[in-house]
Amino acid sequence: MDLTMFFQQLINGLQLGAIYALIALGYTMVYGIIRLINFAHADFLMVGAFAVYFFASFILTLTNAIPPIIIFILGLIVALVAGALIAELSNRLAYKPLRYKPRLSALITAVGVSMFLEYFFASLPFIGPSFRAFPDLIKPVSFVVGGVYLNTIQLLDIGLAIVLMILLTYIVNRTMMGKAMRAVSQDKDAAKLMGIDVERTITFVFLIGGALAGAAGILMAMTYPRIYPNMGILPGLKAFVAAVLGGIGNIPGAMVGGFLLGIAEIYATSFNSLLGEGIAFAILILVLLVRPQGLLGEKQSEKV
Amino acid sequence: MKNLWRNLPTLRFLIYAIALYILLMVLSSGGILNDYIMIIINICLIYVILATSLNLINGITGLFSVGHMGFAAVGAYVAGTFTTLVWKLPNDGSVTTTLLFIGALLLGGIGAAIVGFLIGMPALRMKGDYLAIVTLGFGEIIRTIVNNIDAVGGPRGLLGIPELSSFTIIFVATVVTVLILRYLVYSSHGRAMISVREDATAADLVGINTTKYKVWSFIIGAFFAGIGGGLLAHLIQLAHPTQYGFYASFLVLIVVYIGGVGSITGSILAAFVLTILEKYLLPMVLQWAGLGVEWRMVIYSLLLIIVMIYRPEGLMPREAKFMIPEDH
Amino acid sequence: MRTARVLLIFALITGLVFFGVSCGGSTTSPTPTSSPSPTTSSPSPTPPAKDIIIGVVAPLTGDSATFGKSTQEGAELATAEWNAKGGINGSQIVLKIADDKSDPTEGAAGITRLIEQDKIVGEIGTVQSKVSLAIAPILQAKKIPMISPTSTNEKVTLVGDFIFRACFIDNFQGVVGAAFAYDNLKVTKAACLFDVGNDYTKGLAENFRDAFTKLGGTIVGFEAHPTGATDFNAQLTKIIAAGPELIYISDYYNDVGLICKQARALGYTGFFLGGDGWDSADLVKIGGDAVEGGFFTNHFSKDDTRPEVQAFVKDYTAKFGAPPDALAALAYDAANLMFDAISRAKSTDGTAIRDALKVANFKAVSGTIKFDANRNPIKAAVIIEIKGGQQTYKATVQP
Repeated sequence: MDLTMFFQQLINGLQLGAIYALIALGYTMVYGIIRLINFAHADFLMVGAFAVYFFASFILTLTNAIPPIIIFILGLIVALVAGALIAELSNRLAYKPLRYKPRLSALITAVGVSMFLEYFFASLPFIGPSFRAFPDLIKPVSFVVGGVYLNTIQLLDIGLAIVLMILLTYIVNRTMMGKAMRAVSQDKDAAKLMGIDVERTITFVFLIGGALAGAAGILMAMTYPRIYPNMGILPGLKAFVAAVLGGIGNIPGAMVGGFLLGIAEIYATSFNSLLGEGIAFAILILVLLVRPQGLLGEKQSEKV
Repeated sequence: MKNLWRNLPTLRFLIYAIALYILLMVLSSGGILNDYIMIIINICLIYVILATSLNLINGITGLFSVGHMGFAAVGAYVAGTFTTLVWKLPNDGSVTTTLLFIGALLLGGIGAAIVGFLIGMPALRMKGDYLAIVTLGFGEIIRTIVNNIDAVGGPRGLLGIPELSSFTIIFVATVVTVLILRYLVYSSHGRAMISVREDATAADLVGINTTKYKVWSFIIGAFFAGIGGGLLAHLIQLAHPTQYGFYASFLVLIVVYIGGVGSITGSILAAFVLTILEKYLLPMVLQWAGLGVEWRMVIYSLLLIIVMIYRPEGLMPREAKFMIPEDH
Repeated sequence: MRTARVLLIFALITGLVFFGVSCGGSTTSPTPTSSPSPTTSSPSPTPPAKDIIIGVVAPLTGDSATFGKSTQEGAELATAEWNAKGGINGSQIVLKIADDKSDPTEGAAGITRLIEQDKIVGEIGTVQSKVSLAIAPILQAKKIPMISPTSTNEKVTLVGDFIFRACFIDNFQGVVGAAFAYDNLKVTKAACLFDVGNDYTKGLAENFRDAFTKLGGTIVGFEAHPTGATDFNAQLTKIIAAGPELIYISDYYNDVGLICKQARALGYTGFFLGGDGWDSADLVKIGGDAVEGGFFTNHFSKDDTRPEVQAFVKDYTAKFGAPPDALAALAYDAANLMFDAISRAKSTDGTAIRDALKVANFKAVSGTIKFDANRNPIKAAVIIEIKGGQQTYKATVQP
């Protein structure tokens, strides 16, 4: 592998990692607060992408006069809102009744919600199982730096992911709601005694996590302009792996895990594409063997 | 006499099983149960094997494995390789063929058990969701490897497997699996496994080798999953990598948790209820209602959510102890 | 008593099964399709002998649902046309549809349901070879003829003499593609990219590789991607670094669109070539400018002036609101072949239909179809170029 190819693959990996990281954040936030692996999270991404698709198609049939950047920003808002709403809806209807029930029942419910969203969207006559071309909200422009090809969408993916992560870090570390989130994730009962509205905090987490999934949805749809009801499954699985790799429940861990997994997957594929996916999982298992709590996860001491 | 009946649960179970077998055989040879119902019953029974063996790992020992179909894949491919590629068994159902087939199934189970051992080792270091991701990863690695071995067909799948899984063999295998698992659960080894689930530290303190029991539960669970995979491959006459992905593993997981984690009876019940619901009742209801077949899985997943909300412990909560003497 | 309760539940289940059997015979409603229509809830009793019941097995849910949908629509169009003409020898055709979820086990359960409950006399489907291989032995044992529209694996029709197919087998398209690349495009260095989890795309890529090497060309890259992948940058970066003049992409259109886009974004300027998986109006929608100038081998061209092609494209577009893809065309052909055979056999007996199929000489959308000794169709391939966002006819290659 020469140097140009090395850097080209690094860029490819960063782009893929940015999307993984955004999805992984949602997994990790929900896990951190209610210890639930929300398998439906990847489908919130799909809902976000479809919301933008219908919104953009609607706008584009009305007028072509709006500059693309405005459509993109409006689309991003639609994606954030759609993702947040579907996440909170799932929380309210499916997860809340199981809050104090066995943890794994909620997990199976999450698998059910995930299946339901996929099959329901695929069965709706106006959506259907087919692949749809996602309109070019922003025309990608390619440019070459030292033999390495870059394009605007790639930079947008990485840039927006970083901006959203900074925003999230700010919310978690500097606001009252963030403090409440950290308190609830440490000890629900103690948080309640301190006067924190636990349910409201959980709702807030689902709203933020869902919005991040929506953002990942619009980014995925723009980068890989093909959307369909099952589009979230594979990236969702990878992002979940990334969240565990970074240490599930740990927000910086999800970011690091996402980028690392993206880069590892690209280099593994580049080494041998036939076994690429298997190699990525093997790397993951090796990392977890050395650090069973994930890269940034805290070692849990045994409670006796 | 009544006491004897109560205190010999194995005998009781066997008599029920034999009665059920005779009933089904009479009905199917009488043409009342057609091929469609028989294939569904066969699939139900295979799901019983897969679900009860996963229940040993997840429910009894309290670990969290989600890559169960990976073990089934090993069983299916090892057994299929022996019957199809090595011995080239005919489809005749003679005694020799049947014996060789049973041998192949056991070899498949042993192959899966070895893989289970390899996965059980990291299980010593990891907990909960980290273990889940490792088993998931292992499942995907097995699938990737199988997909890349051209000798067993690669992505084309292992083809031309003889149809050796008769109803009788599947039924016997299921009964034997359930009996062995039941024996295990209520033996001192099973008690030790349950103590690992309830409190690993306390179990360690009273001298139970928790490490050993965790690994053993993986080995035994994987062995039976391998048998189940071998039976499935010889029922539908092919083994294909896509049958053993994480999605298929989730379906087994759903059976275990709908049935009630830790309850063998629950797993048996849920395997029947869910398979019949999905493959038999829903297509009929949809046809009656004039809806397209694509709505089947929408209704299925919705029912899944509703059942979990109203019965979070599953159909059979853990206390229900079918097949154990009353005084326990 | 727990035991009693459990046994009671078991008994209930068994009872339900019985209930199903007893009303299984009456579930044949006279609706021609499974499309939602509220009027079918009270089935009017039609004598079952009058209708000809044909089964369709297709992946209608799961990750191949879009292909199953095309297949179902192609078969439905053929059925509607025959029924409008008065059916087969006076009997109306009724389609019974089963979803295989792309899962062989599900396919096996689905086909036995169609056989036992719906009493089908012929079967059309299914899309993927892995599922076709699971249902073919069941149909063969029951002596019910099956025509798979799109299962390309050679082994499918080798299951038995009741199993037919309407598409090319794997190697033909690869050979045609390789010859076109080497002879017409004058390319000597090519690379392949395919879906490692899909036997069809892998088979095509391998056959292209072998045929191209045999002609004297060099394969500089042979890369795979997992099913459902969206990011192909790693593979493409590696391929492009090896300097091919042509990339053979044996994937379906949805992946092809993304692959071409990503390859162009990485500075690739050579040719793209592929197989019939490219045939969809959505290819250009997804791939945009990137697929412009791409070539693919196909069963038919929508520009073909033959009346059966023009009528099919027009009717399909009118009925379903979108132009047909290759899967719809092949399902339409498979259904027509089946109906034609039944009408010539003047019987719904499986053996009679099979014998009629063996001597079929049917003017289908994908050419005049005859079957060879292994029940594979003998027909020509066409090469299509994407020009100005449209599929344009380039050449015909005889087998």
